[in-house]
Amino acid sequence: MKLDRIFENSDTMRLLKWVFYAAAAVFVALDFVIPRHHLHFFWDEIPGFSAVFGFISCVLIIIFAKTVGKLLLQRDEDYYEK
Amino acid sequence: MGIFDWIHPAFILMLGSALIPFFQGRARQAYIILLPALALLNVATMDYGTYGEFNFLGFDVTFGRVDGLSYGFAFIFAVVALVSGIYGANHKDAGHHIAAYVYAGGAIGLAFAGDYLTLFLFAEFMALASMCLILYNKTAESTRAAYRYILVHIFSGICILAGAMLVYSQTGSFAFDSVTGGGIAAALLLVGFLTNAAVPPLGSWLPDAYPRATIPGAVFMSAFTTKSAVYTLARGFAGTEILIVLGTVMALYGVVYAVLENDIRKLLAYHIISQVGYMVAAVGIGTELAINGAAAHAFAHMLYKGLLFMGAGSVLYMTGRSRLTDLGGLYKVMPWTFILYMVGGFAISSVPLFSGFVSKAIILSAAGESHMTFIWLFLTLTSAGTFLSVGLKLPYLAFMGKDAGLEAKDPPLNMLAGMGIAAFLCVFFGLFPQFLYNLLPYAIEYHPYTADHVVWTSQILLFTALGYMLYIKKLGGKRVISLDTDWFYRKGGVMFMKLAYGLFAAVDELVSNLYRHMLAGVKKVAGWCWGFDFKWVDGVVNGVAGLVIYVSGDLRRIQTGKLQHYAVTILLGLLFFINLLLFFS
Repeated sequence: MKLDRIFENSDTMRLLKWVFYAAAAVFVALDFVIPRHHLHFFWDEIPGFSAVFGFISCVLIIIFAKTVGKLLLQRDEDYYEK
Repeated sequence: MGIFDWIHPAFILMLGSALIPFFQGRARQAYIILLPALALLNVATMDYGTYGEFNFLGFDVTFGRVDGLSYGFAFIFAVVALVSGIYGANHKDAGHHIAAYVYAGGAIGLAFAGDYLTLFLFAEFMALASMCLILYNKTAESTRAAYRYILVHIFSGICILAGAMLVYSQTGSFAFDSVTGGGIAAALLLVGFLTNAAVPPLGSWLPDAYPRATIPGAVFMSAFTTKSAVYTLARGFAGTEILIVLGTVMALYGVVYAVLENDIRKLLAYHIISQVGYMVAAVGIGTELAINGAAAHAFAHMLYKGLLFMGAGSVLYMTGRSRLTDLGGLYKVMPWTFILYMVGGFAISSVPLFSGFVSKAIILSAAGESHMTFIWLFLTLTSAGTFLSVGLKLPYLAFMGKDAGLEAKDPPLNMLAGMGIAAFLCVFFGLFPQFLYNLLPYAIEYHPYTADHVVWTSQILLFTALGYMLYIKKLGGKRVISLDTDWFYRKGGVMFMKLAYGLFAAVDELVSNLYRHMLAGVKKVAGWCWGFDFKWVDGVVNGVAGLVIYVSGDLRRIQTGKLQHYAVTILLGLLFFINLLLFFS
């Protein structure tokens, strides 16, 4: 199997990137059109909420983990052998 | 009803595995695949009911409670045993296969156990057998990890046994059902189950042990211990509110550690904790929908997590490396491993059309229906973190990213086949969720593929990916480790010993100074006694010692000095012992 044709080809990769951005835009746009069925929380009525929430979640997790790691948790690999 | 009207699938696996050493080569591989296939067939053709009831020393024990809750778990346990068995069929040590199947059989036996004594018995089988799977890695590091692992599981086993005894003293029965009494009995049982489910702060044994197990061993372990604990929680503690909080914290906890992790199998181990967090929270919510969600997620999880561990194991098997900082660009040389791993990555990230999507959704719906705002928000946040680490970071750094120029190829056929079957099931359950829902404890009318749900999930995933692309430079692996609560017994223990030694040394010196003066007088008397001692007493002692040396010279030959051999011997001995009991009862 040759996956190089996809990953080593800069044209294909550029295309894939645009497909990705387009998909993100399309799904947010769809959110304005598609009716919601199960309304449990107030944000269930805000279109695009999950896009914003997904992005913020990702960034928050990275920043939180890196901070706690640096301040508290991370040690040298041979920490337990010392 | 006796055992012979109903054959216990655990006995097929456990007793059948004892014959593995007598087969060689191809025949052994075939037999290794045949055993779990038989067990699966046995579970698949089973009807609900109560089987294998005995009176053992005056206690009623039930080996086969086959009902809505236990059946699904046992069925998926058998499927995972088959898939993992195929993946691990090329492992050289016969003892390793025995341990793996005793472990898998233990999980099935635990699911069907109707009373605490049977539950405890199979939980101990699982603990001992899974310890062997770590020992068979045969490094000094894995031996130490196995030791820590078994200590933790002895602790949880004792908690369960003590809790069961207290339940018995209150109710006069060992029957294992919903724990209603409360008090210390319930607390002990809960602590035991939570430890086995790897709920923090009791759960750091999992990322400590799993990355040090053998390659197929870790695949087996990723499924059985924590998910059988989820089963015990769902059976005994459904609707216990503290589980909602613990489960949610657990889900986040695993995700945060996974972001920091450099070792691929340890990263996946932290994501077991995270995913089991969803199940524990769902058990805590306790509605029929939530219990269904916990079970569905456990079933889907065992398959995709097994697949992910198989993928990571294949990388380790072919390259000998497991750190993200040592890997990169593997898609060129291991394309099939990459593709199959990604199926697992998409499934755990709940990408639509994959199994995680149809199972995780039930848990979030259950949280929504119970109007648990914060729980819902945190579990959704965890979803993003799961995709970030398992679906994006790990595959990017290991299979793509900076090419480490490693010479490797896809693993042997049996390993690819195991991954292939697991990947097929991940997609199959994703496309046809009804087959998964049919295994659930309660009747369910649930449709995951509504337009708004698909759009909703896709947005979360796509924008998580966007966040990852922003931070891609910061998320490279680092050659460090992260401290977890195992610090308290790994480092804290050493510090305690140092402190204790310091104290002992001081007291010791004081006492020995005191003695030195007193003893000067005593010495003279001792001198006289010595003559008698040398002539008479020592003569007798030396004679006995000579005999002992003579006998032990012969005994020595059965001692190989390999811990794995001893451990398997113990397991076989236990099996034999239980056979005797069953035969005479």
